[in-house]
Amino acid sequence: MTSIDNDSNWTMEIRSRSGWFDINLSELWRYRDLILLFVRRDFVAYYKQTILGPLWFLLQPLFTTVVFTIIFSRIAQIPTDGLPPFLFYMSGTVAWTYFASCMSQTSNTFITNAGIFGKVYFPRLVVPIAVVISNLIAFAIQFGLFLAFLFYFYLTGSTIHPNVWLLLVPLLLVQMAALGLGMGILISSMTTKYRDLAFALGFGVQLWMYATPIVYPLSQIPAQWQWLFALNPMTAIIETFRYAFLGSGAIQPWVLGVSFAMTILILAIGIVLFSRVEKTFMDTI
Amino acid sequence: MSDVVIRVENLCKEYRLGTISHGTLYRDIQSGWAKLRGTEDPNARIGAVNREQLNNTNDRFSALKDVSFDVRQGEIVGIIGRNGAGKSTLLKIISRVTAPTSGTIKIKGRVASLLEVGTGFHPELTGRENIFLNGAILGMHKGEIEQKFDDIVKFAEIDKFIDTPVKRYSSGMYVRLAFAVAAHLEPEILVVDEVLAVGDAEFQKKCLGKMKEISEVGRTVLFVSHNLGAIQRLCSRCVVLEQGIVSFDSNVNDSVNFYLKNKTLAHQKSWEDISKAPGNDVVRLRSIRFCDQAGNGRHSFDVRDSVILEIIFEVFIPRQLAIAVEFIGRMDTNIMVSTDNYTMGSWGNQLPYSVGIYKSLCRIPGDFLNEGLLSVNLRIYSPPTPPNVASHVHLIDAVTVTIEDKHHPEGVRGSYPYEWGSPVIRPRLHWTTVKQESLDETRLS
Repeated sequence: MTSIDNDSNWTMEIRSRSGWFDINLSELWRYRDLILLFVRRDFVAYYKQTILGPLWFLLQPLFTTVVFTIIFSRIAQIPTDGLPPFLFYMSGTVAWTYFASCMSQTSNTFITNAGIFGKVYFPRLVVPIAVVISNLIAFAIQFGLFLAFLFYFYLTGSTIHPNVWLLLVPLLLVQMAALGLGMGILISSMTTKYRDLAFALGFGVQLWMYATPIVYPLSQIPAQWQWLFALNPMTAIIETFRYAFLGSGAIQPWVLGVSFAMTILILAIGIVLFSRVEKTFMDTI
Repeated sequence: MSDVVIRVENLCKEYRLGTISHGTLYRDIQSGWAKLRGTEDPNARIGAVNREQLNNTNDRFSALKDVSFDVRQGEIVGIIGRNGAGKSTLLKIISRVTAPTSGTIKIKGRVASLLEVGTGFHPELTGRENIFLNGAILGMHKGEIEQKFDDIVKFAEIDKFIDTPVKRYSSGMYVRLAFAVAAHLEPEILVVDEVLAVGDAEFQKKCLGKMKEISEVGRTVLFVSHNLGAIQRLCSRCVVLEQGIVSFDSNVNDSVNFYLKNKTLAHQKSWEDISKAPGNDVVRLRSIRFCDQAGNGRHSFDVRDSVILEIIFEVFIPRQLAIAVEFIGRMDTNIMVSTDNYTMGSWGNQLPYSVGIYKSLCRIPGDFLNEGLLSVNLRIYSPPTPPNVASHVHLIDAVTVTIEDKHHPEGVRGSYPYEWGSPVIRPRLHWTTVKQESLDETRLS
């Protein structure tokens, strides 16, 4: 795989395959303007086709939270660690929505962009990265809504204790973005070969949500099954997120460590697969 | 050697035909499991001995076979070859849209490629927004685009519509804008595929001028076109590709002559030695050509002219025969299929041709075809066996002519001064427009 002549004047060499971990970060950085333009394009295109526009960003978590509160708290009587159920569900929903939309929107990268990928080259990772960033805007809006409710509950004297774990929140956000991106590009690389994965995804996201402590607290899980939940990287993220703002939960540092390691692993596998697929998928799609 | 900016070495590209895997994870696992247990693969094609053997024969298609050449700085290199010769594949690999199967391309400098008009344009965004988006896709920074913005708008002649969403642009405006962005990118290497075919004559001239200008400041241009005139005007050197190999590489006039002589674009073909002519013991082709109504061979026709295809063939063994002709237009589109009606009778019960020489004429009326290249795929076969199963004569790209629009006011377009778009055909249709005295009249008719 090494170049035969060592003429360093060549700026680029096009070969059939390259190394396993062939992502060119400096190239990605060179295309940062494109990432921002894609973010803008996604956002503008989203607005132009809806009546309520950005209101959707608020309505979606609000409705989900209300439904969860009625079903899981009022009807199923699932405890919420002594927290106000509304805040309990909303914290989980807002965080989960960011992760889930990052994952599902990046998972069709190759298929939805086949047209443009077939005609022009730019680092393919630009597209999923732009998706993760534009979802961040949606998250910011929903997060603002959550903060507003948090503030309201705090003033009305509910038992919530925001604490020093808040410092971890930016890291959690990056971790969710990385995990969503990793899963998304992993799936998108595989859907070029196996189209049926795309169908499984919608279903899978839903299952994954119920396997994550969003509609129930982690403390409700029997001790002998805690390890299983620790394997799910989203468990620690949601639980820590909730603990930081509301001050109640059952998070252990080692679970957070496992989650962190899993995230890096998934992202790495995703990038490796993605960079292998991006070179030849045009011939197979 | 230091001024070589593109070095293509032993480049090969293979496409696998058909499906590579079974397309679903379930079936792949099923096949894998069967292999593991040593049983027969439930998804294997019946009759296929094994997969390797299949791969070696008809499952693969080599678009490029061992292509090597160098391009020096400041050269404008034309790439010509008939459809399927591998031109587009080569440009796709240079543009990094797809990877080669083996071989390398070494490149010095930034490559901007224009493989298709308006790539990355978003219809909802305005011209202004799309300039930035498209520029960024081609690898420009925001600052650079701002600097070039006025030049781009001026070159594309769209200043009035710059804040209109591009979905309302005409195809001509689209091309102009797309070309303007790519040309102002100031890449070290500009790769242009057959995109200029869409623009009007004046804009094409402008683009060719721009490309020449680009090369004069030491930049390199790779240009693929079917328009041999444009190639000859623009390029200093030309590479002829034929079935995936470089068949000729020299100065532009020699290359174009080679290409034309090589009969890939011949408007007429004939075979002196009938035993070597296309065909078999039943029937052989003697000649095929395009001619006008007076019977003179022609390599170009005005859009208003009738185009006549003349086929002369010799029958050696009496047999039912049918001639099928496919007319292939721009971008490899099959415009129409036509078949002779010499021997009447229900399908499969036609009268046989007796031994002898026959001349078939097929007339395409004037004011019917659109401008562009027109080539012919010919088959002579025996009913009731369909031609895709067995043919006596099967000639792809047998002959080719150019249909030209000389903007004559008596043509279909009349005195309409702008471009006509690029439909496959441009027939003169019967129109009547009559002023109505009252609304009732329109309802009745």
